[in-house]
Amino acid sequence: MAEAVDAQRRYEKKRWLVLAVLLFALVLSFIVDIATGPSLLGLSDVAKALLSLFGLPIEVSSTTEVIVTNLRLPIALMALVVGGSLGVGGAEMQTLLNNPMASPYTLGMAAASGFGAALMLYLGSLGLTQELVVPIGAFVCCMLSASMLFGLAMMRHISSGQLILAGIALLFLFQSLLSLVQFVSSPELSQQILFWLFGSLTKATWGNVAITTAVVFGCIGVLMQDAWKLTALRLGEERAKSLGVNVVMLRLKTLVLVALMTATVTSFVGIIGFIGIVAPNIARMLVGEDQRYFIPLSFLVGAFLLSSASVLSKIIVPGALFPIGIVTAIIGVPFFFWLIIGKRR
Amino acid sequence: MLEVRNLHLAFDDLVLAKDMSFALEAGKVHVIIGPNGTGKSSLLKTLFGDIAPQSGNVSFDGTSLHKKQLPAWRQQFGYMPQDIKLDVGLSVLEVVLLGQLNALSLKLGDSLIEEALSALNQIGLLHLANRDVRTLSGGQCQMILFAQALMRNPKILMLDEPVSALDLHFQQVLLEHLDQQTKQKGWTSLMILHDLNLAAQYADNLLVLKGGELYAQGAPEDVLTPELVYEVYGVHADVVLDSMGVPFVRTQRRGLAAFENMKKSFIQPEFNQEKFHHAK
Repeated sequence: MAEAVDAQRRYEKKRWLVLAVLLFALVLSFIVDIATGPSLLGLSDVAKALLSLFGLPIEVSSTTEVIVTNLRLPIALMALVVGGSLGVGGAEMQTLLNNPMASPYTLGMAAASGFGAALMLYLGSLGLTQELVVPIGAFVCCMLSASMLFGLAMMRHISSGQLILAGIALLFLFQSLLSLVQFVSSPELSQQILFWLFGSLTKATWGNVAITTAVVFGCIGVLMQDAWKLTALRLGEERAKSLGVNVVMLRLKTLVLVALMTATVTSFVGIIGFIGIVAPNIARMLVGEDQRYFIPLSFLVGAFLLSSASVLSKIIVPGALFPIGIVTAIIGVPFFFWLIIGKRR
Repeated sequence: MLEVRNLHLAFDDLVLAKDMSFALEAGKVHVIIGPNGTGKSSLLKTLFGDIAPQSGNVSFDGTSLHKKQLPAWRQQFGYMPQDIKLDVGLSVLEVVLLGQLNALSLKLGDSLIEEALSALNQIGLLHLANRDVRTLSGGQCQMILFAQALMRNPKILMLDEPVSALDLHFQQVLLEHLDQQTKQKGWTSLMILHDLNLAAQYADNLLVLKGGELYAQGAPEDVLTPELVYEVYGVHADVVLDSMGVPFVRTQRRGLAAFENMKKSFIQPEFNQEKFHHAK
């Protein structure tokens, strides 16, 4: 018996180790992300600048400090938070819908955000600045589309399969509406909409990084409290019920949290695909589906992937910034195929 | 005492319980038998509060089942649904631990782990504790889910066909364990079985369902007769008492022709009549 307890403790340690390794990789990619760009900085300079930001008495040149603090740091931090939130959002959508191919975008949330942003670009600034109106439009539309799903999720007899069907219907609806806006827009405006849809971290400012971080960490904190219930949900809805889980409430709560994170993230950086599908699947392979480890690792993997994609987007064409949404999809697709073909049991 | 009074349960014109009443004593194993599609699983779901009946009352030790107190009501149950598929990246120990869902926190204490391991040990599956459940056979999954139900330390234990995937050895392990714990801890145990001989061996009280009615109830030796087997299942059988005084049901082969001559009502018991009255 004591042996089995020890084996369990060893298993737990192993999973902590995986988390630690990923955290280390994340710190590395974060530093490289800050170092790459039009004016290449040395890794040690970046590390020094970061440490001096934390108040350590280290000498840093003022140019390096300005580039790191004002230009690169918000973008690099945004990559971490957005990647992490897409990873966790994907993990929970996959848990909720009992489907490893689900992502935060599966139920039409990205399409709704895209439509909201496009509509605002089309309508003009409505007396406010475009930097303010477009994210608000994307957020509102995303939550509006998600709230239709909240209504369905509250019904007892609605299964996760039916929820996916409803989500796909919404996806098509908002895609059509988005196409409609593009159809009636001028070519210049259409171009602007397209660029928003690509997804880009360059819109990151200290202000929106702070908002996104607060929302994402708040939501993940609440999700972690339900970690065991979400683990139980993966045994199947009927069995989760038999263990005393209020499935309807849990489903609604999780959906609201994922929608909040997704809406916030997409409204600031546009649509960044595939991280939401890929990150949770990697996390699942590494630590299994005990959500106490699965949620944090999905965050770390998502953050690491987007941070690396951010580096790639800067070095593919030297001197030019490739839209990051394109890079993630290009990395994501081969992985997706590997996942489908190589899936064991 | 788990009591059901004047229960009426129907899906459209499919009547699963017509004014059904019965009481189940604590410290006894109650077994439900009956033909396919007669509403046995639906009855368990109704007792669990998962299906709302059209009318009737369910109570346990004087407290009635109310929709508003569902979490507290369900906390008294260990319920093992029919489905035994476990396709999830969890270890056996983690699946068993989920039986104590409300006691689990982000940091797991040794005592809970030991409790789960002891549940596994009792049914002889301690050696599987750290295995990924996706590598287990159907029967092993079924035993693990039984350990999970034990882990809940329930007042009422409901098992829906708990031995459907088990070999002879584990059938006995599960049922003997169930019997012993029920008597030691005063649980009210209710399970659905299809094997009439297992039902006869382990039931303190046998409930026979047919066409939405409690067709017969009592000790197996009083209930199981060749007539009842024919009336409920449309199958000819001999029933003899074995050396322990337990009825033993042996079916007779009479060929498919015997079924062709039978009334349709055996295949769709009673429901045709209901539909007929409805149409008129």
